[in-house]
Amino acid sequence: MSEVKVIEIHENVFKANDEAADRLRKNLTSKKVCMINVMSSPGSGKTTALSKLINMLKTELNVGVMDVDIKTSMDAQKVADATGVRSLQIHNGGLCHIDAEMTEKAIEQFGVDGLDLVFIENIGNLVCPAEFDTGAHKNIMFLSVPEGDDKPLKYPLMFSVCDLIIISKMDTKDFFDFDLEKATKNIRKLNKKATIIPISAKTGEGMEELAKWVKAEVKEISGRA
Amino acid sequence: MHELGVTFYILKDVKKVAEENDVKKVNYVTVEIGEVSTVIHDQLIDCWNWARKKEEVTKETEMRIETLEAVTYCEDCKGEYRTVEYGKTCPYCGSEHTYLLRGNEFNIKEIGVDDDT
Repeated sequence: MSEVKVIEIHENVFKANDEAADRLRKNLTSKKVCMINVMSSPGSGKTTALSKLINMLKTELNVGVMDVDIKTSMDAQKVADATGVRSLQIHNGGLCHIDAEMTEKAIEQFGVDGLDLVFIENIGNLVCPAEFDTGAHKNIMFLSVPEGDDKPLKYPLMFSVCDLIIISKMDTKDFFDFDLEKATKNIRKLNKKATIIPISAKTGEGMEELAKWVKAEVKEISGRA
Repeated sequence: MHELGVTFYILKDVKKVAEENDVKKVNYVTVEIGEVSTVIHDQLIDCWNWARKKEEVTKETEMRIETLEAVTYCEDCKGEYRTVEYGKTCPYCGSEHTYLLRGNEFNIKEIGVDDDT
């Protein structure tokens, strides 16, 4: 009669993804391409702000954008139309996030040779993308003023994994009960290191500071900018 | 969380370990889930029972879940307490200078297979 034998594994479920992410990050670093993963909830204004930002950067840097969406190609088209830089739309088939393997495949298809900077615009979602390392060098997120200053408390993981937190749509602050000081305090409870930059793509507030931050990160990887 | 996405990670891993050990059929897989890892057990099992049919070796593999207690550490009074009951605020001194010691795990612990040898 057969008996049951136990094979011990003791492995983190995310290990395979973390390994793929590290591989991709190393590969990009060796090509001197900086990749920045951009996350937020839907409607935070990240496509608009990114377009503006890219227009500020493109005279100095070769920039590419990969947009992840469940179905439409609107965002990639929007950025391409507004900036003229190369963009790729990734349809992830309805998943709530993009992982390192998907990103790796997309990067292969996109072809990053000659680029200094690639933005990957993740799915609009404050929960799932935070769990999956995409292989990006830096993680950044948008929190828009209409969403409220309590969001860091509601979505703690997202706010803890980001290197830069952009408070967007600052031009609307008079219409909403958004307390920047409270938001900052809530973020600091979770993340002591992240840079926080309030911006408005409409008025241009904070955009120079944002461009400066991005350029410094690119310099870190590519040695130029 | 995103139980379906991680189910495929588990499936891939179990298949790999089975192949490495020349196993034809896996009876069960045990996963360890921390109390505050945000994985929903019932959903994970539902996803697993659907996805396991995709591979011959896992076709009848039962998923077993072991829960790991979440514990938070207080930097001010050096105390440890149960995260699920008290959250970020230390029940001993009221401090919020605390961090999670454990309870965020999501591990594949082991698989059980027939031992014909």
